[in-house]
Amino acid sequence: MSSEVEVVITGLGATTPLGGDVASTWEGMLSGRSGVRRVNDQFDWMDRYDLPVKIGAPVATEPTEVLPRVKSRRLDRVEQLALVAAQEAWADAGAPEVEPERLGVVVGTGIGGVTTLLAQDDLLETEGLRKISPLTVPMLMPNGPAAWVSLEFGARGGVHAPVSACATGAEALAWALMLMRNGELDVVIAGGAEACITQLTVAGFVQSRTLSQRNDDPERASRPFDTGRDGFVLGEGAGIMVLERAEFAAARGAALHGKLAGAGLTADSYHITGPEPEGIGQSRAIAKAVRDAGLEPADIGHVNCHATSTVAGDVGETRAVRKALGDHPILTAPKGSFGHLVGAAGAVESIITVLSLKEGIIPATVNLENLDPGVELDVVAGEPRKVDLQAAVCDSFGFGGHNAAITLTKA
Amino acid sequence: MADNTEILSGLAEIVEEVAGIDTAEVSAEKSFVDDLDIDSLSMVEIAVQAEDKFGVKIPDDQLAELKTVGDAVDYIAKNQ
Repeated sequence: MSSEVEVVITGLGATTPLGGDVASTWEGMLSGRSGVRRVNDQFDWMDRYDLPVKIGAPVATEPTEVLPRVKSRRLDRVEQLALVAAQEAWADAGAPEVEPERLGVVVGTGIGGVTTLLAQDDLLETEGLRKISPLTVPMLMPNGPAAWVSLEFGARGGVHAPVSACATGAEALAWALMLMRNGELDVVIAGGAEACITQLTVAGFVQSRTLSQRNDDPERASRPFDTGRDGFVLGEGAGIMVLERAEFAAARGAALHGKLAGAGLTADSYHITGPEPEGIGQSRAIAKAVRDAGLEPADIGHVNCHATSTVAGDVGETRAVRKALGDHPILTAPKGSFGHLVGAAGAVESIITVLSLKEGIIPATVNLENLDPGVELDVVAGEPRKVDLQAAVCDSFGFGGHNAAITLTKA
Repeated sequence: MADNTEILSGLAEIVEEVAGIDTAEVSAEKSFVDDLDIDSLSMVEIAVQAEDKFGVKIPDDQLAELKTVGDAVDYIAKNQ
């Protein structure tokens, strides 16, 4: 253990393609529902620009239905989602009374307020300067979600916004842990948010050949580890945890979901989008996260995988897991259920991992019918599996060569 | 040409839309900043919408002088 400060998880909040909160998301995971659907009616630009992708995984509950109208109009969609999840997490934690100077925020996004960026650019083109919102910059800046969360809860202990593409959510939890270990913060609100189902981002992902085009069968399009996988499904959402110094939580008698025990961050420095094929950087991140928790590879019973349903990524990740931990961990890949939430993925999936530890059940990898023979590990498929777990790892990897792994343990 | 009562009610609708303040609260003696808690960003939005609604120009130096709702109503009445 690299520090005597223990960090516990007292609040969970999420809004995802499966549901507007943690309970409905978890229920969706366990029942094997899919949050993926055909969306070209909702997003008319898919047809207008003749994009080959007509599917996606939008959030199940519109944030504007939850937030007050005036707040909604001042926030980009990614900020709205972050705030919805943060409000749930904060309430779940019992709204801890904490000195503002000892309350921090670490909430990242992969892309930022791209809805605002595109809409305002369009307005500038068609209507001119007068119609540009004075809120344009605070709505598109990638630290916006973190900033709005800090405003909502009066956090003055520092507000941070890690940006590492699809590793962002996990990296935010890692930074929160590192910040808390110096003992200067009692509570940190941490996680990730993303809302980038827009014409430009989808077109860009299409051109990088990373999205599934299984348009005729949306619910079966996201299929991590399956031989028939053909790319990821772009989703959106947010996942937020309330983290507390263990002694602070104990003193107020807070109920615990689990512990954030360790984190490992590494980089590939190999290719801007492609993962390093041997998974060396990924495996180092996982090993570091376990070591950082003061645990041995043998202690890790479960890995909640990043596995996005791309041909290259999924198998490479399992090699990294084997290299770091051995053959024993039981795997699952939640993106089969709700697609790829980009900067929110690592945070939402860490929440799923916490619930797996707490409830002793690992959700199945939805759509895993024929396991890729390159995956020489035990992956939960078909039905959720009841397992008594003590410690688990959740990993996330992002464009840019970012590798983030989190070790979570039972409370 | 809108009279002062019409301008006040039109302005109150804009303030309600932009800042979520009930139209009944938006009366002539209220200060935008001190009473209605409207920030400088929202004031810019309100000014742009008022310009469109009443066919006036509200330059930035004038906008800074419009402390109360009544100031804005008077300015619009004189310049529309």
